[in-house]
Amino acid sequence: MTAVITKDKKVTHNNKGNSKVISSTKVDRKDAKLALAHIMVAFIALFVGGLCGLLQVLVRSGQFKLPFGIGYYQVLTVHGVLLGLILTTYFILGFQTAAVSRTAGALSNKQRKTGWVGFWIMTIGMLAAATMVLLNEASVLYTFYAPLQAHWIYYLGLTLVVVGSWIVGLAQSLRYIQWRKENKGQTSPLLSFMVVVNNLMWFVATLGVAAEVLFQLLPWSLGFIERIDVLLTRTLFWYFGHALVYFWLLPAYMVWYAIVPKIVGGKIFSDALARLSFMLFLLFSIPVGVHHQLTEPGIDGFWKFVQVVLTFFVVIPSLLTAFSMFATFELRGRELGAKGVFGWFKNLPWNDVRFLLPFIGMVAFIPGGAGGLVNASYQMNQLIHNTIWVTGHFHLTVATTVVLTFFGTAYWLIPHLTGRKLTKKMNNLGIVSGILWSVGMVIMSGAMHIAGLFGAPRRSEYSTYGGSEQATEWISYQVAQAVGGTILFIAILFIIGIVVNLLWFAPKGEEEFPIAEVAEGAEKTPALLENFKVWGVILVALILIAYTIPLIDIVQNSPLGSKGYKFW
Amino acid sequence: MANHKKSDENLKGTLYATFGLGIFIIIVWALCFNLFIDRF
Amino acid sequence: MHIHKYEKWWLSFGAAMLVAFLVIVGVSAFHNGTHPNNSKWTINYEKVDEIAPFNQPGVHKVEGKDWDYEVVLVASAFSYNPMNIEIPVGSKVKFIATTKDVIHGFEVAGTNINMMLEPGYVSEYVTTADKVGEFLIVCNEYCGAGHAMMYSKLMVVNSNDSSNH
Repeated sequence: MTAVITKDKKVTHNNKGNSKVISSTKVDRKDAKLALAHIMVAFIALFVGGLCGLLQVLVRSGQFKLPFGIGYYQVLTVHGVLLGLILTTYFILGFQTAAVSRTAGALSNKQRKTGWVGFWIMTIGMLAAATMVLLNEASVLYTFYAPLQAHWIYYLGLTLVVVGSWIVGLAQSLRYIQWRKENKGQTSPLLSFMVVVNNLMWFVATLGVAAEVLFQLLPWSLGFIERIDVLLTRTLFWYFGHALVYFWLLPAYMVWYAIVPKIVGGKIFSDALARLSFMLFLLFSIPVGVHHQLTEPGIDGFWKFVQVVLTFFVVIPSLLTAFSMFATFELRGRELGAKGVFGWFKNLPWNDVRFLLPFIGMVAFIPGGAGGLVNASYQMNQLIHNTIWVTGHFHLTVATTVVLTFFGTAYWLIPHLTGRKLTKKMNNLGIVSGILWSVGMVIMSGAMHIAGLFGAPRRSEYSTYGGSEQATEWISYQVAQAVGGTILFIAILFIIGIVVNLLWFAPKGEEEFPIAEVAEGAEKTPALLENFKVWGVILVALILIAYTIPLIDIVQNSPLGSKGYKFW
Repeated sequence: MANHKKSDENLKGTLYATFGLGIFIIIVWALCFNLFIDRF
Repeated sequence: MHIHKYEKWWLSFGAAMLVAFLVIVGVSAFHNGTHPNNSKWTINYEKVDEIAPFNQPGVHKVEGKDWDYEVVLVASAFSYNPMNIEIPVGSKVKFIATTKDVIHGFEVAGTNINMMLEPGYVSEYVTTADKVGEFLIVCNEYCGAGHAMMYSKLMVVNSNDSSNH
């Protein structure tokens, strides 16, 4: 079994003796199936998780009660797990598989088989965890909240989701390694490189949550150990928990850097800067988790501040990205003859859903990023910690920036993979879905931000708090959240309709998988940027600096550990 | 040289847009910091 | 690696902005002492009721310390003890809180008092209550089915009023 890439951009794929020639502008048919399987799970999760979100905002408006004895926090757990973990991870892995197959060439049979093994491990894990949530054995939210103790199958299920994701990521990364071997000394395809950076970051980050589950939560919930150190579980969780948000964000950045320029008809502004920003994300996504624990006891203020500083470093690659995006759009607009300082703005393809949705995502990241800086600003965190401001924040970042980029991608990726076309009608419906999403989110997230500044807590059922004057003030914002959330659910119905069309009903044809090229005459990207050994060493060093002493502190000063509780 | 050309590319709009973005971030942060200072 | 002139300007501007933010919060924390809760005090969470000061939850006037009052508070699913806290305006108060079971939050809405309560740890925060009013204390960390029922009240009153108590 061999796969050779020749210079005329054809992939020769020798498969069990039947050699085929496939144009490398397309994702291999068999890889497409693997990618599609992931994407379909992602959209099922969107529908169910979105429905749970609708129920939550309705409950919090005070006008609606959940039927059949369903608990609010059960619904919240489903919402968080399905949208925060399942929708994101499945879509990302599906998209990345397609991106590697498109840019580095078709996976070998072994690599593809590895991908399927990962997919099924993830899916079995997901179903196991979902069963426990539905049986009300695991209303601990996806952040676990020990010493609340879920059924061990819940923890095991989510572990399988993570392990499965490693295996799918490994399959993608093996294809990249193969490309590097076959093309010594050449700059690798940008998208494949980015996929590997994201997978590596994900692997290093998930080691934290893996350690938490394997050495603490699982043996504890099985009864092998009686007590666990709660602060240690939390610190391990957040070691993973912030990198998780970059695992969501980086695929959106892949689309912005490597795909959107092609859609607008332009070029990649700078291949080197794109790679540099990904390497910076690799370095600074992980040693920053303590900024989620700024108001917790047991961690020294000095070390909290060190991680705050590192958190601010992770803003730099986003500043780089903002410049690259504006520059790509401006250069293209000027090429089309735009005049004045902002004339190029008018020349962007506003009626192309493949551009519009990622663009709205970029815009949402401006207030999202600004809010993020507030959250991370050490003592200022007390202003908003665990208030619904935070919920508003990540509904801008992940639930708008990231997912609108994903939807805008799915609208061409799904027909590309199914051999169908994105019709004008679906394009327009897609634009409607994006606008509905934006309107709903401005209302919902805006109300969340404001109510959060007034102190309204997140992750809480409807409550008047004994008729408190302050809590009464929050309720009008909760009604606004319900309005926004309802509009968002309508947007989800549009999106599901479009996805169903693109999967099974759209006319047969060829939909392009757009890949942008680097501007002509651009410099060769420095080889250092692809030297994973160098960056890996710096990454490990940063993690050791940021975490060694706080972890030693936590373990040495550990109080009596906690038994498990089931308070739901 | 292509690289030389790149420096001359007209990116005025990009310059203003990014600086505007920066100023937005500073305003949001300053308002929140002010609220933090004002509260006990 | 070639970088456009404007991009250098933008990165300098952005980096300067980030450094300025860090300097402002850093100085106000490490010089002026406005840290969040960083307490290292540990406790046997199963025996909280027997251990001082948690054997006497409530508001205590103290002498010879950097603060005038200590508010000792115990959280458990799903309530706070005491339910009502009253302190005179302008007094410097140390909040000392812990939990008897799972993780809870301790947030005084509309103030900067916001900390996590974790089993085995005591959380502390010192502040000067300089505004009169009734402030809702809420649990802002998910702790179970009754989470949203968990609240109490902080009343900051004019000094003359409190002398009646």
